[in-house]
Amino acid sequence: MSAASAEHHDHDDHHGPAPGWTRWLYTTNHKDIGTLYLLFSLVMFFIGGGMALIIRAELFQPGLQMVDPLFFNSMTTMHALVMIFGVVMPAFVGLANWMIPMMIGGPDMALPRLNNWSFWIMPFAFLLLLSTLFMEGGGPAGGWTLYAPLSLQGGDSFAFVIFSIHFMGISSVMGSINIVATIFNMRAPGMSLMKMPLFVWTWLITAFLLIAVIPVLAGAVTMLLTDRYFGTSFFSAAGGGDPVMYQHIFWFFGHPEVYILILPAFGIISSIIPTFARKPLFGYASMVYATASIAFLSFIVWAHHMFTVGMPLAGEMFFMFATMMISVPTGVKVFNWIATMWRGSMTLETPMLFAVGFLVMFTIGGLSGLMLAITPADIQYHDTYFVVAHFHYVLVPGAIYSIMAATYYWMPKWTGNMYDEKWGKIHFWVSTIFLNVLFFPMHFVGLAGMPRRIPDYSMQFADWNAVASIGAFGFGFSQLIFVYVVLKCMRGGEKATDEVWEGADGLEWTVPSPAPYHTFETPPAIR
Amino acid sequence: MSIGSRWLVALAVLVSSQQALADINMPVGVTPISKEVYGLHMMIFWICCAIGAAVFGVMFYSMFKHRKSKGAKAADFHESTTVEIIWTAVPLFILIAMAIPAAKTLIAMEDTSDAEVTIKVTGYQWKWHYEYLDSGISFFSSLHPEHNAARQVGSGADVSQFENYLKEVDRELVLPVGKKVRFLHTSADVIHSWWVPALAVKKDAIPGFINENWALIEEPGVYRGKCTELCGRDHGFMPVVVRALPEDEYLAWVEENAPAPAITEADTAASQQVAAADEDADREWAMDELMAKGEGVYNTYCSSCHQANGEGLAGAFPAIAGSAIANGPHDAHISTVYVGVAGTAMASFAAQLSDVDMAAVLTYQRNAFGNTVGDTIQPSAIKALR
Repeated sequence: MSAASAEHHDHDDHHGPAPGWTRWLYTTNHKDIGTLYLLFSLVMFFIGGGMALIIRAELFQPGLQMVDPLFFNSMTTMHALVMIFGVVMPAFVGLANWMIPMMIGGPDMALPRLNNWSFWIMPFAFLLLLSTLFMEGGGPAGGWTLYAPLSLQGGDSFAFVIFSIHFMGISSVMGSINIVATIFNMRAPGMSLMKMPLFVWTWLITAFLLIAVIPVLAGAVTMLLTDRYFGTSFFSAAGGGDPVMYQHIFWFFGHPEVYILILPAFGIISSIIPTFARKPLFGYASMVYATASIAFLSFIVWAHHMFTVGMPLAGEMFFMFATMMISVPTGVKVFNWIATMWRGSMTLETPMLFAVGFLVMFTIGGLSGLMLAITPADIQYHDTYFVVAHFHYVLVPGAIYSIMAATYYWMPKWTGNMYDEKWGKIHFWVSTIFLNVLFFPMHFVGLAGMPRRIPDYSMQFADWNAVASIGAFGFGFSQLIFVYVVLKCMRGGEKATDEVWEGADGLEWTVPSPAPYHTFETPPAIR
Repeated sequence: MSIGSRWLVALAVLVSSQQALADINMPVGVTPISKEVYGLHMMIFWICCAIGAAVFGVMFYSMFKHRKSKGAKAADFHESTTVEIIWTAVPLFILIAMAIPAAKTLIAMEDTSDAEVTIKVTGYQWKWHYEYLDSGISFFSSLHPEHNAARQVGSGADVSQFENYLKEVDRELVLPVGKKVRFLHTSADVIHSWWVPALAVKKDAIPGFINENWALIEEPGVYRGKCTELCGRDHGFMPVVVRALPEDEYLAWVEENAPAPAITEADTAASQQVAAADEDADREWAMDELMAKGEGVYNTYCSSCHQANGEGLAGAFPAIAGSAIANGPHDAHISTVYVGVAGTAMASFAAQLSDVDMAAVLTYQRNAFGNTVGDTIQPSAIKALR
């Protein structure tokens, strides 16, 4: 294919972007679509963040000051759905679109029209989802996990929620098929699998996870739909069904989903740390194997989300041991990153700051995850703020920080301009301080006995909740700095060199900055 | 140095204060299992701290020493099979060391055999029902009415004035000290989860299924907990309060509260009470009596969903004000409350409300919120259904 495009080099008609807004509607260019995904994700980040601030405002003091408890539940539900499906996943797909073809020396994604469609489904899916907040009865309020039978109560907005989840799923599966097809078919000659950058590897494995589990989610929510509207009883004991079966099916999707949200982050961090340590990644092969092991283990640990549902002892034992095993490959990754830094020649530009922030705080979240794996202790932790603290530590300074690190790292390549280093660093420090003010106290109130998903609480939790709410507003508003830095960089700034970073290694740094509309129409030579 | 030592002092003060610790750590609890769980929790906590200190120590050392600004030259190594085998194997051994005590505790937790007292705990939206299977005592336990009034949006109440805000119920679960108590958990509607941290008991209440759990309380006292599985609008407002009494006091409590066998001791005080209740249900009630009683029942059982003003929440919970059912024939209105409405959040209240209470609340609904049907529903009509 690369050879073919080289022969037809004389057609200039598809060498630049189409003029006007139709460029964005009809585009099949991986860079344009990557940009669309990333901007979409940024918008959703503020919508989901606004919901979090409503939650934290209500929780600032004990007593109900502002919202009805039903609306509060709807906020926790929507905040999760938006952040997971609307922010982290699209941002990773956007990064994959931008970077994977350039990293493997391919001219574009393998299936460009499918790529356009995968993106343009998303805004409509989220319009559908968010519109439920304005319907009679309000949006979904049974938690993002949509546990039956609770999710079956409530208004008819439920059907819209299910359809929007189906649309997001279709978009994700198509995006994943495209990524797998691209990685298998579009690599430059000589780019063997074990020469691919870790970001490409982690996305390849993530894409397989998505293709495997999104249909499981689709099946589960379709069963909810038929239980609600067509009289089936999949999840109703009165009709011979089982509410716990829903949880098993959901978490069979849900646990791999957790790794879908973090594996691409591992790839990003594995690109950034070597660059700023000026030293090759330590243990490349073991990184690949560790990623694959995590992906495999993610399929056999799902019931650790359900230790209180009353499983047989043998089941609880199995899921405890299997869950603990995950810390081995995850540990290997953390140790490899530190060994990469060891005896390097480090500088701490903004991408590296975010990568180091990731490393420290993701590890904290990983360690609390290990605590949660111990079943008898989990009986006490389950469904408390300790769990909320845990998964926010792995998702915010984990997934979100990796996306921000990636943005700062590759933005000079995307725009051709250096971002404002001073404001980038300010963004990092302000975010990091507020983030810990926000999430660290949640460990305390959780251990002391505060359940999650409650709009009001007892006096003993008042102080730390007030602290967390202050952190939330600080963290939320400090993200405006990020928007400022991104917009400023898009408009201009110091011109970036082709290599951008002194220690950078990889094909994306061999093309000019900004990256031309079409890159690697002739495949590059791979050393 | 001085800043560091000041922080250490501050930390020591914090740690030495018992109250501060209780607010940021898991309670030790009052059962053998809760103490084991606490021990496990602290063990893993310290192991994680040690791992964190080692990992972050090496990392920050490297970040300070191996800096370009300090003239560090990058080395070129990028793999070492020996090192990689070591840092795969060592964590594995740490995990095994953690798994063994955890498995032992888990096995003990799951052993519900030889219980001396059995309590069936049923979750309702949003209250608990307790049934003492050995003595036949059974009752509902909801958030204390004063707390319930204070927690409404716009109540204007200063909730910090309540000693145990949201942790007080109208009727406590009374348990004996020193006896193995078995809990059977189930639910009448959606999934709930019954949690008392001091007992290390947390189990989901699942409609149509029964889960088991147990506790052996070692010290008398009052232990408070919560529902921990999201169960709808008032999930945050269904506390659990357990009062553990020494065995003799517990037996006295059981004797006082157990329903008397009706035939053999027909003249005891308890059965006279039952008879009085029966008479209540049989006599003709006046409109104002029913309305006065009905308002209280409505605020306890109905207002969570249908709202204190009867307007409901559009799309989620129908309004009572102006509704066709509350303004329509008796049969449909009674059946809505007595049987419930399949496929919606409207549960059957047959078990939760007495004949008089149900008649009162039905009458209230027909003649409040601007509804002006003007008739009464008599307790005898409800009694006839049972």
